[in-house]
Amino acid sequence: MKTWFKSGSPWVWLSAGGVSISLISVLGLLWLIASRGLSYFWPSDIYQFDMQDQAGNKSTVIGEIYDREFIPAEQLAHADITLAPGTTTVERLLVKTGNRELVSLDFRWLLVPQITETTTPEELVVIERRTNGNFYGFIEELILDGQLVPQSKLPELVSRVEHFQEQIDALQKVDIGAINYQLERLRLKERKHNLDKTLTAEVKADIHGQMATLKSEYQQLESKLLALREEIARDQLKVRAMDGQVVTINFEDILKVTFNNQLGLWDKTGVFFSQVAAFVVDEPREANTEGGVFPAIFGTVLMVLLMTVIVSPFGVVAAIYLHEYAGNNALTKILRIAVINLAGVPSIVYGVFGLGFFVYMVGGSLDQLFYPENLPSPTFGTPGVLWSAITLAILTLPVVIVSTEEGLSRIPAAMRHGSLALGATKVETLWRIILPIASPAIMTGIILAIARAAGEVAPLMLVGVVKMAPNLPLDGNFPFLHLDRKFMHLGFHIYDVGFQSPNVEAARPLVYATALLLVTIIVALNMTAVSIRNRLREKYRMLEH
Amino acid sequence: MVTALKSAGSRQLKNSFARWLITLGGISVLLTLVLIFLYLLYVIKPVFDSTEITPSTGVEISSGTQVLSTGVDELKELAFTINRSGSIDFYQLVPSATRPLGTQVLSKQVTEPGVTLTQVVDSSHNNKLLLDSLGQVQLLTPSFTASYDDNSREINPAVRYPLGEEVIVVDEMQASLEKLAFAMDDERAVFVALTQDQRLIKTTLVAEDDFNYDPAHESVYQVIEEPVSAVDDILITPDLMMAFVRDGNRVLVFSLDDDYEVPLKAVITDTDNIDASLTTMALLSGGSSLLLGNNLGEISQWFEVATDNGRQFKKIRSFSLSEGESIAAIYTEQYRKSFYAMGRSGKLGAFYTTSDADLWQGKLTDAAPGAFAISPRADALVMTTATGADSQQLSLFSVENEHPEVTWQALWQEVWYEGYPEPDYIWQSTSGSDDFEAKFSLVPISFGTIKAALYAMLFAVPIALAAAIYTAYFMTPVLRTKVKPTIEMMEALPTVILGFLAGLWLAPIIENYLPAMALLLVMLPLATLLTALGWSALPKEWKSRIPETWAPMILIPVLCFTGYLAFALSPVMEAAFFGGDMRQFVTNDLGIDFDQRNALVVGIAMGFAVIPTIFSMAEDAIFSVPRHLTSGSLALGATQWQTLVKVVLLTASPGIFSAIMMGLGRAVGETMIVLMATGNTPILDWSIFQGMRTLAANIAVEMPESEVGSSHYRILFLAAFVLFVFTFVLNTLAEFIRQRLREKYSSL
Repeated sequence: MKTWFKSGSPWVWLSAGGVSISLISVLGLLWLIASRGLSYFWPSDIYQFDMQDQAGNKSTVIGEIYDREFIPAEQLAHADITLAPGTTTVERLLVKTGNRELVSLDFRWLLVPQITETTTPEELVVIERRTNGNFYGFIEELILDGQLVPQSKLPELVSRVEHFQEQIDALQKVDIGAINYQLERLRLKERKHNLDKTLTAEVKADIHGQMATLKSEYQQLESKLLALREEIARDQLKVRAMDGQVVTINFEDILKVTFNNQLGLWDKTGVFFSQVAAFVVDEPREANTEGGVFPAIFGTVLMVLLMTVIVSPFGVVAAIYLHEYAGNNALTKILRIAVINLAGVPSIVYGVFGLGFFVYMVGGSLDQLFYPENLPSPTFGTPGVLWSAITLAILTLPVVIVSTEEGLSRIPAAMRHGSLALGATKVETLWRIILPIASPAIMTGIILAIARAAGEVAPLMLVGVVKMAPNLPLDGNFPFLHLDRKFMHLGFHIYDVGFQSPNVEAARPLVYATALLLVTIIVALNMTAVSIRNRLREKYRMLEH
Repeated sequence: MVTALKSAGSRQLKNSFARWLITLGGISVLLTLVLIFLYLLYVIKPVFDSTEITPSTGVEISSGTQVLSTGVDELKELAFTINRSGSIDFYQLVPSATRPLGTQVLSKQVTEPGVTLTQVVDSSHNNKLLLDSLGQVQLLTPSFTASYDDNSREINPAVRYPLGEEVIVVDEMQASLEKLAFAMDDERAVFVALTQDQRLIKTTLVAEDDFNYDPAHESVYQVIEEPVSAVDDILITPDLMMAFVRDGNRVLVFSLDDDYEVPLKAVITDTDNIDASLTTMALLSGGSSLLLGNNLGEISQWFEVATDNGRQFKKIRSFSLSEGESIAAIYTEQYRKSFYAMGRSGKLGAFYTTSDADLWQGKLTDAAPGAFAISPRADALVMTTATGADSQQLSLFSVENEHPEVTWQALWQEVWYEGYPEPDYIWQSTSGSDDFEAKFSLVPISFGTIKAALYAMLFAVPIALAAAIYTAYFMTPVLRTKVKPTIEMMEALPTVILGFLAGLWLAPIIENYLPAMALLLVMLPLATLLTALGWSALPKEWKSRIPETWAPMILIPVLCFTGYLAFALSPVMEAAFFGGDMRQFVTNDLGIDFDQRNALVVGIAMGFAVIPTIFSMAEDAIFSVPRHLTSGSLALGATQWQTLVKVVLLTASPGIFSAIMMGLGRAVGETMIVLMATGNTPILDWSIFQGMRTLAANIAVEMPESEVGSSHYRILFLAAFVLFVFTFVLNTLAEFIRQRLREKYSSL
């Protein structure tokens, strides 16, 4: 025993324990997010629980099981429940019961000892709706144009509604949106002429003429919209909830009707993938707690692309300077310390700097110069996607520099010497020989920068991200790319839905799903970057010998 | 041949142009850092600027009689004077298109002809209470409206009567009044007065509806039954709850909220200063603090403090205008806790109470000062001075005093805030009411930052270093190429995800399984050692089949099982030792406050964020220790472990130190994890079961709501600057050490 201690073996094992704990935590974390995130999409069985409480009152609860846990029997001492003697723990279930218009809480805890019977009736239906969340119940009647129709017509009705909703969406978002946008532009144009004192009667008449045409177009569209709405409002569904109450649901509210308990494994897989797709391409609903995350994905991607355009040239040039031009002097040392510091400065400091310098100072001046007609409402003098991209570009600059420089340092000196010996100038060598060879390293740096930017939230909270952006920064209205608009971001979406939403319990699965999406993107980007880098290292090692 | 030469020239030109451009690009990295530094400083600087008072403009006024009261409008374009002769005059201070400087815009006689004014009492909201030679009282407000035509703006004066144009009857026995105080809100107006026949009376006007749009009211008369000898000053708090009556060196405090009598609440006497005699008093903005000036040039601030004997008035701090010069008057700002004190000789001092700041002292003019007022936005002072027998000058002085509440002392030292029992460190930047005393102490949030970082380091450093040592020194190269990127992957995980898991998943688990956390701390190392012992006891051929280099893989299932066991044992432990619920036990029996989102949760979550940073850099440092050093040690007969401790770690120690510095830098600046995994309460408490608020989280929470350019906004920039400087020092130190180490290795 003593020699064993003296050999140092226990210490070696303890340090091995450090590796194990790190590995367990990384893999455990990924597994946790993956399992919780994916189960959000899996259509779960719907249960009907027949309950009987201490006083003998019977009740029925219908819903999905969300969670189950064991609690010590002592904690129930005050709850006036008699348990079988000797029980130390009691199982309880967290059930999502939906039907928000009937009960205020859409989650409830059930004590397993109080459940008399658990069934999964095939006719139980989940109705996904635009408002009030899911409805669980039994379909009683189907009404088309005020007349009863057989239940077999349900899929037909749902697709009919879907068709109408698509038309309404197109009208509202695209056509009417465009008219409103043009009207606003005309109003600003008039104001600008007014400020510049060039508002002649002709100009004014011209603007007002255009406005009048737009307004009449608007009225046409609006009447079309009303007609569609009326069409859709005539279909109804009567559903019986768990307490026997019959509820009428308008079809315009319905997104999807599924009989989860009738689905086989194969059907469930199908539903699973369609849910994943819907999550990625749909807009959020009900204060972000339901629906998809499309605007957040779009905002993240656009912001990151803009950032890439800004950071790549600067990062690459700085790396070339550091590696190819800078001498071994104090300035180079200071530059390297500056790079390390840029990487180490807390991200929130960049946010503060971006807000003060870019948004208020630069943006405010731009507004004074180019958008006086909008004032006092700011155009660029308010947080937006452009400022976010620039702020994150500074933040990710060191990532690109470090990675590119590493790539440059792996290029054998013989290549440079060969090129210079043949009479090429330094810049020609760089441009024709060095940069093409280093391009995978630059690529790695850019991918790592993208991964970093996609996950960064704190600075964005100050310089441009919002919980709900009414318009995407890219749309069909001139000039198409609106750099002044605010945007949604996946990382901020997680923070906002998880911590700021009114119903955290209901939103939690969605947060896990969003987290899974973000982690997948970032881990995939990182792995790509690392594999490119590894392949590059191998290649250069072969070049050297 | 000529073309070739030409092209060679252009190639050289291109070359030097590119060289120039690339150098610029390289330097721009440094410039960015310097820009951030300078911009932060630029925003912070005005906070520490000293106050400046400069003469701005002046007009000659020719009323001929004494000016009793003066004032300006919000935009400082018009000034008014209320004169002994009973007139109120308005003068243009800024020349406009139609009115040159000094124009008398309006002059209105507010008393009956022949009747002069004896006293003007200033009250809140620019209300002026006039007392005339007949002993009659009326209340008026000089008011200003802006009118726009074409491209110019003009301010037009008017006189409003909030309580109606008729004379107000303050004393039901119609005696004339010697001293008078007044305050009103929407529903009530209260007078406290001393009559000529030495009665102290209280009169309340109760609005029939609301004084904002209907002056109709009923009067209630009360007599204050307290013998007073000679009343010098009377004041009423703006909330109409208290009246202060100064009687020589005593200040009597009466409670005014009783409908039937006016009880004496307290008597304030300055026992520290027996030689001094009081000369004046004033109420600070908000009405909770009383300022007393004495004949020795001292002004003291008093407010009610909760003590063992109930609430009592206490002397909090004092300010000094100048030695031996008695204080003639104290003027307080309407919205801030600033005040101006005027000495007998005309010396003026500007002070801010909360920050204990002596802002400015000096004489505005050499002439004897007449009436004095502070502009509504506190950015100017107006003063009248006599320039001749019957000519007077009205002067406007502009005041640069944007951030009096911020001083180095107020940010980093204990401050006694209004209503608090003792001086304390408090961060409370905003509140619902206007006259709120902002509490900007950076101590609690800096403390929170350090606390969060320390708990994170406590968790991260042992694990990260252990993992780094094993990976760099004991692990086979094959395993190392797999393990290192996996752990480094954690660095790429967005902290918002770690924060969300910590807040919504980990925090409830820790709360429910508190004993398991303590068990894990003991059981994990124990299980590791037992496994090691078990392995060493294995027969030789087994050992060669599962070599020691696989230790981490062997330990993974063992540690997972141990973890499961700890959680399974948790309820049993709770039932056995903590009466079924450890959380209850901690709060009730131990008396320790327990937050669900506490330092333990933050420590673990932020620890995870920091582990890969420390691991990666420490591993690099250990791995790059030259092989011949270890080979030499091993050849001399040292064991692997001895070589590690005595040779490798010693050589790599600067690198390990710089890895920890980098980790600390990251933990200090981390925002999202702390934001989501703590309750963000700015408290000073080391307890592991309590939350904290850090500098970074504080910025994230408050920055979007702070008004641009306000003191709050600039202090948040200061918080960012503190973070910047702190991490700058850590990172520069770490990088410097690493550069030295690299040189050392290459020389070995």
